[in-house]
Amino acid sequence: MSTVRRGLEPLIPALRRFARALSRNAETADDLVQDTLVRALRAEHLFHGGDLRTWLFTILLNLDRNRRRGLSRRPHLAVVEDVDPPAAPTSDGTGRDIERGLALLPTEQREVLLLVTLEGMSYREAADVQGVPIGTVMSRLSRARSTLRTHIEGEKPQLRNVL
Amino acid sequence: MADSPVTEEELHAYADGALPNDRVAAVEQYLAANPVEAARVAEWRAQAAAIRARFGAAAEEPIPERLQLENILLRASGLRRKVAVAAAIALIVGAAGGWFARDYLAAPPTGNQMARVLADAALEAHRLYINEVRHPIEVRADEAHLLPWLSRRVGSPVRAPDLDDEGFKLLGGRLLPGSRGPAALIMYEGAGGERVTITCVRAAGNDRSNFKWRQAGELGALAWIEAGLAFVVAGPAERDKLDRIARRVYAVYEAPPSERK
Repeated sequence: MSTVRRGLEPLIPALRRFARALSRNAETADDLVQDTLVRALRAEHLFHGGDLRTWLFTILLNLDRNRRRGLSRRPHLAVVEDVDPPAAPTSDGTGRDIERGLALLPTEQREVLLLVTLEGMSYREAADVQGVPIGTVMSRLSRARSTLRTHIEGEKPQLRNVL
Repeated sequence: MADSPVTEEELHAYADGALPNDRVAAVEQYLAANPVEAARVAEWRAQAAAIRARFGAAAEEPIPERLQLENILLRASGLRRKVAVAAAIALIVGAAGGWFARDYLAAPPTGNQMARVLADAALEAHRLYINEVRHPIEVRADEAHLLPWLSRRVGSPVRAPDLDDEGFKLLGGRLLPGSRGPAALIMYEGAGGERVTITCVRAAGNDRSNFKWRQAGELGALAWIEAGLAFVVAGPAERDKLDRIARRVYAVYEAPPSERK
């Protein structure tokens, strides 16, 4: 068994966890992981040392962005949430808050926040995965956290409009 | 160093447990004196804890069969390929069957107009197949008949430049329907899974054009027509990179046979 194959197996749980948080849909998440593994196995000759985990997460993010691009081209039902901070703060402390908060973030910010908090990656590793300078990772992280803070503090679920 | 002002970056690093040891005391001192900042950092930590609480368990679940490595390896060589290829062919005939025909046979267009239309059409095909992870191509690069087959169907020699220097490796190719006859699409893949395609189709006899750039969101394409063949190079919208690749393609078609790579 090749180095890549041996290294892949123990990373599958983390890939599933990350994909689940990224897509917030178990089925979509496992599709992403499956496609990531297929692509990694097919491209294993392209992997010359380096960090296997970073490489796999890069592949997964590329696939996820392709998927989103595909989705955005189709007509779809959109749920528009009110992003203005509503008055009464009611945080119920369950996972729903954080889930809704994550959904509000721009993709790149959500990616960074999850790489750092859920996967415990260093800022350097997150920068490698996203293929951006470390300063970009820091500003994305900072914006993600302050958006999330505003959202959760003023949390009050309200679907204003369903198109 | 130990008493330099505390930065926003350091607050994040502190919240993430990534702060160098020699700065921990300074940051803690700063937070003790700035309750508003301390509340922000506490909130960030609470967010991280909530994310881990909400999604952490997904890593503890048993791995479903379809994600087990041996099953993926097995399927990679398996029969499912036939089904997916049939579906892809049906899709392209249905959705894209008319794409080369669209504007470009209505009136005799100039070479430049045609290059633009072709670029748009090739971008659509590119978008369709770069998202196809398991079956992006019909014939793999390691099958010796790839280029002879495409050349025969297109009716002109189809060549695949070596893009190793750009970090792209040839995956293989497929045939697309075009109103002037079949078009060849060859696909390359970079180490991070990003893909570049080169589409090649016969053009009317004397048409020619210079390089035309088209962009659609994060994808870009360069198209040109030369010596009876129309070419489109499509990929991530990085103009410089696609430019270099386009010049490689141009060169490999210009070179006398003995110098071709």
